[in-house]
Amino acid sequence: MTAEPQAVHPPLTVTLAPAGLRHELRAVRVVWQRELIAFSRNRVRILVALVQPILYLFVLGTGLSALVRSGAPGISFRTFMFPGVLALAVLMPSFFTAGSIVFDREFGFLREMLVAPIRRSSIVIGKCLGGTTVAAFQGGLLLAFAGLVGVPYDPVMLLALIVELAVLSFALVAFGVCMAARITQWQSFMAVVQLAIFPLLFLSGAMFPLTGIPDWLAVLTRLDPITYAVDPMRGTVFARLHIPPATRHTLDPGVTWWGWHVSTPLELTIVAVMGVVMLTAAIAQFQHID
Amino acid sequence: MGTDTPTRAAIPQSGSDPPDPAAAVSVRGLVKRYDDLEAVRGVSFDVAPGETFGFLGPNGAGKSTTIKMLCTLVEPTAGEARVAGHDVRRARLDVRRSIGLVFQDTTLDAYLTAGENLRFHADLYGVARERREQRIAEVLEVTGLTDRRSSLVLTFSGGMKRRLEIARGLLHAPRVLFLDEPTIGLDPQTRASIWEYLSELRARQDITIFLTTHYMDEAEHCDRIAIMDEGRLVVVDTPAALKAGVGSDRVRITTSDDATAIAELRRRFDIDAAVREGEVTFHVAGAERFVPRLFAELGVPIDSVSVSRPSLDDVFMKWTGRTIRDAEASGVDLARTAMRARRG
Repeated sequence: MTAEPQAVHPPLTVTLAPAGLRHELRAVRVVWQRELIAFSRNRVRILVALVQPILYLFVLGTGLSALVRSGAPGISFRTFMFPGVLALAVLMPSFFTAGSIVFDREFGFLREMLVAPIRRSSIVIGKCLGGTTVAAFQGGLLLAFAGLVGVPYDPVMLLALIVELAVLSFALVAFGVCMAARITQWQSFMAVVQLAIFPLLFLSGAMFPLTGIPDWLAVLTRLDPITYAVDPMRGTVFARLHIPPATRHTLDPGVTWWGWHVSTPLELTIVAVMGVVMLTAAIAQFQHID
Repeated sequence: MGTDTPTRAAIPQSGSDPPDPAAAVSVRGLVKRYDDLEAVRGVSFDVAPGETFGFLGPNGAGKSTTIKMLCTLVEPTAGEARVAGHDVRRARLDVRRSIGLVFQDTTLDAYLTAGENLRFHADLYGVARERREQRIAEVLEVTGLTDRRSSLVLTFSGGMKRRLEIARGLLHAPRVLFLDEPTIGLDPQTRASIWEYLSELRARQDITIFLTTHYMDEAEHCDRIAIMDEGRLVVVDTPAALKAGVGSDRVRITTSDDATAIAELRRRFDIDAAVREGEVTFHVAGAERFVPRLFAELGVPIDSVSVSRPSLDDVFMKWTGRTIRDAEASGVDLARTAMRARRG
């Protein structure tokens, strides 16, 4: 320390924005931004998250192609799997960003947010939107491989897929945040995710068409919310493919409830509503954390 | 330090008088009960604006729980508390806007830079956008971190992290800065430097600092100290008054003629002195005022003098009947029970 007298500081004139919606939106924005910064700084995470879907698409997809070629003329199994693998690609990043709440708690940063003069809902919404952006971006990266599996680069289709991926990501992140609010250890969180992820994925029709399956399985697939995200994506892709109608009917039958065809807008609404319900539950959970 | 600050030695004992709205912090009969544990058992006190107020006590005494209630993180079971004039129960957001917080454990995002951590805070607290960058620069300067603005917090030492947290706590110009064990887990040198920054801050800005510590020596930096033990406030006073209450200072002198010095001390000052470990040793109240008289009036040349004041350890001992170490040992069980209660 120097002995010379300290400069006299100007009086503190820090005006804080009044409480209200504008302030809350600013808080949502900065929580969202933090997710993007964390994501963009972690290049390894971006690459690692790409590995799994690519393995499914090119290794499992190619391997199974030989087996199922006869059943569906005019289409490779990889093409069939593409929409499902897109769903898979957002699954992990969605849960991962949601789970970062567990990290934030462990390393203390969560408290910085919890003591701020903002509503808890702003934290949860910011976190969910951040996770949605990150996961949809990760899934979107996979769209670059469309051409390699016989899916055309149709701009309208790509845009529609990104919207569908975002809706799915939002629901998954909100579900993950809801779990993360209760779980204090990263290991426990990942265990729960592992437990949830495979049933959700396998029952969604991401890996096999929902035609000709036994009734008990058909019921389960209709209970899996991801089904209602995978089906619109498959519809979006298959509408741009030049394949025999019979093949399309086999591989892209749509989802039915007791014989009634569930329309694409309704499917996406179901997923979005699931997301909002989960978000509301997550906000409620957050009110009780100190 | 701060000797001109008005002291309010009296502890409002009952919860009946209303909280003082002009006080920086005003607490009446505050209670926090967890399932099977009463962590805070009815504390009352006032902190004046501009004061540095220390909460001293062993681990598990209820200091952190009290601070959490004042910061609106924990809902009080009973009692009233106002911070910067706002009720901690009814005006939580107003309280939060008026306070800065530095917790025991770090609450920084290690993967963001120092500047990004501060910007995040500025947005959460609604610091005016046009003032934001300037304000960030100001608090970095106060804490000596200006040149580390773009470094990831990951690369910071423990002391730098704590300084950054203090900078962040100051960013929105709070009226009260709460520091919960601000130097815990830091080495003595870093602890000293944190205190240097804090006293510099106090010299520059009109801010109330409310801190908890279980280091006796750190309590000396406070204008007033509240000693807490087993969920209750034992005493509130200035460090000097608390120490004066414990007893007199010990003075040791070496002279060329110890026998005459002892005789003169008895004759002129009515003091009993004796030679201990080769030095003339005696006890007197207010030794710092007595020593100049001693030199002027003793009549025997004095070669050296040393004064030792009673420590806050002695104070804690006097008010609780045990040393802070002993209190700590028995307090660990209480703290564990509290943790269980909070998780359950």
